[in-house]
Amino acid sequence: MISARALEKRYGRKRALRPLDLDVASGSFLVVTGANGSGKTTLLRLLAGLAAPSRGTLEVAVDRGRLGYLGHEALVYRELTALENLDLYGRLYRVPERRERIGMLLERFGLWEARGERASALSRGMLQRLALCRALLHDPDLLVLDEPFTALDVQGAALLDHQLAELRGTRTVVVSTHEPERVQRLASARLALT
Amino acid sequence: MTFLADVATLARKDLRLELRARDTLPAMLLFVVSTLVVFRFALPEGADDVAAQGLLWVALVFTALLGLARAWAPEREGGALEGLVLAPTDRSAIWLGKSAAVFIFLCALDAVALPAFALFFAPVNLSTVAGVLLANLGICAIGTLLAAMAAASRTRELILPLLFLPLAIPLVVGGVGAGVSAEPARFLAFLGLYDGVFAILCWASFEYVVSE
Repeated sequence: MISARALEKRYGRKRALRPLDLDVASGSFLVVTGANGSGKTTLLRLLAGLAAPSRGTLEVAVDRGRLGYLGHEALVYRELTALENLDLYGRLYRVPERRERIGMLLERFGLWEARGERASALSRGMLQRLALCRALLHDPDLLVLDEPFTALDVQGAALLDHQLAELRGTRTVVVSTHEPERVQRLASARLALT
Repeated sequence: MTFLADVATLARKDLRLELRARDTLPAMLLFVVSTLVVFRFALPEGADDVAAQGLLWVALVFTALLGLARAWAPEREGGALEGLVLAPTDRSAIWLGKSAAVFIFLCALDAVALPAFALFFAPVNLSTVAGVLLANLGICAIGTLLAAMAAASRTRELILPLLFLPLAIPLVVGGVGAGVSAEPARFLAFLGLYDGVFAILCWASFEYVVSE
């Protein structure tokens, strides 16, 4: 599903990602680790199509609409409610049975009671849960998650664990994390960036 | 049809955000009325209608600039623009949706500015109204694109006027001409041509503005 050859990213003279070869088969669960500044976020942004390679080639065999991405920001409108944000993205992604799907995700991630709250009023952890709902809303074939456990409390992290376990083997998942032990049992491949 | 549905969804979202936050349109209305009041006292007694028409357009263009500077603020906060870019919609729908919302804001602005102009200076004729509406289309087309470019920059408050004002000169020429000329059709056609050319250019180039 993903094939990269000598993939490299630079911002001006600064190298954000060292040359990298990568093959990820469909249905794999890839865990990306590395120190701060090693290029984890850059690699995931390249995979999501939010950044363009400076050198090398990258092929991601999935349509834009079948990719789910969780970044460092929630990618939601702060003055829309949780429900309105998901409804907006549901329309743009043409999610079938949108209302049911949104309701199910809000329930699953413990946001149903907060569905009428503006995103700006949500705590950091609740916002991360909303971002996860947004990334999963259209049931993507490729899920790219950058530090998904950030800001989640114990209950939120357990919900995400459960969700990732469900996706394992049926979807291609790429997760970057500073806590590799958290997803160790799910990983089918590992990539350590230096 | 899906393209138009996406445009409507995105424009509706902008209107909802403005209705809720009310941080752009009230400021624009206050600014344009204040500017016209200042111009009323600045214009010497006995000045002709042509000078007054020029001042109307100065007020409209600078007020539009105020709105454009805030046009992409909701997308900047929380990284929502990346969320839209990732969606499977045609990226020009993002531009068109934003332009449609800005057009509605500008029409609301005109609904206050033109009566205020008539009160302070001179009656507004039909060709002035037509000129303002056509100029709104041009301002939305080019302004929304430039505001998106500026939004990515740290010096966005400086970049947007520097890029927008030179490109707005033909709109001012066409708008003033439509209001004071004995042959307004010529100027209205010029504004229509400007709108058409820049709408196509902006439509085609927005993809590159939001792509790295």
